[in-house]
Amino acid sequence: MPQSQTLSGGFADPARQSAHAFRSVMEAMARPGSLHDITGAEPPASLSVATGAVLLTLCDTDTPVHLAGDADCATVRDWIAFHTGAPFCGPADCMFALGTWQALAPLSAFPTGTAQYPDRSATMIVEVPQLSASGATLTGPGIKDNASLSLPETRAFRDNHALFPLGLDFIFTSGSRLAALPRSTEVR
Amino acid sequence: MKDGFDQNAPRKSWMGLLAKAPEGRAAALLDGAMARPSFTWLRAPEIGTTMVRARAGGTGTSFNLGEVTVTRCALTLEGGPVGHAYIRGRRKADAEAAALIDALMQTDRAGVLQAEVLDRLHAEAAAAKADRAGKAAATKVDFFTMVRGED
Repeated sequence: MPQSQTLSGGFADPARQSAHAFRSVMEAMARPGSLHDITGAEPPASLSVATGAVLLTLCDTDTPVHLAGDADCATVRDWIAFHTGAPFCGPADCMFALGTWQALAPLSAFPTGTAQYPDRSATMIVEVPQLSASGATLTGPGIKDNASLSLPETRAFRDNHALFPLGLDFIFTSGSRLAALPRSTEVR
Repeated sequence: MKDGFDQNAPRKSWMGLLAKAPEGRAAALLDGAMARPSFTWLRAPEIGTTMVRARAGGTGTSFNLGEVTVTRCALTLEGGPVGHAYIRGRRKADAEAAALIDALMQTDRAGVLQAEVLDRLHAEAAAAKADRAGKAAATKVDFFTMVRGED
């Protein structure tokens, strides 16, 4: 029955699982390039487990979500609406954006914050086909010497870092794995 | 659209009845009517607050009256029916019973539940309301003027 599908798949033990998921997201943001496992959510088939868990953990009625590309379907909308209550909006007003790297382009459409409030920027949840600690070299806060992460490209992240303290933050998800790239990280 | 028949009207009425039922009453009536079926949680009972909005006299502009504590949950029975419950207060067991009744009302057990649970709850609520209205009516003072100062 379709209704049960969109209503199931939340955290079975919300207090513990959302605390674990939040810890994973926080660790990933604090140590850019590090890979973390994040489980507990069973979102509709078009979303990965990690994306579902991030949405359940970070989104609520105060965080407008933008769905880009294939992620913008009735099943996903219903699932997010039931489990988080988050409203949906266009790219210019969103606090979270969800989709593949191709679907999220151009990044200039998303808010990067203002000089007074750099935190009023979007966090991008990017679904990537695979995630590994190889590829572009990362340096900056939270990285001892340097780290590596398989990024879809490097140019966009260099431009984003140049905006610091403004800019976008990225969470990459693939299956049940997650990595993050905050605006403070330099990509080479 | 407002002129049309509201497809959800019956469900609204029984969910409202369950939301306003006194503590433990819906659960007791449910257990008296039938054995509880097995179910899966879609959303385990959780407690939060919701804003109550009101209008003075039913016609004024709406204002925020205040926040009220609410317990909500959602569950699904084997075979698909989904039951939701929003209950005033911090009462997880009552929310579970209300969601079960909501789900069962969508199955062929609806007749039994209507007679054994909902009709009784409705009668009790009506009796309580009449009792309260009677007490209030006893304190009513009718002012009337014996002599009007006309000449």
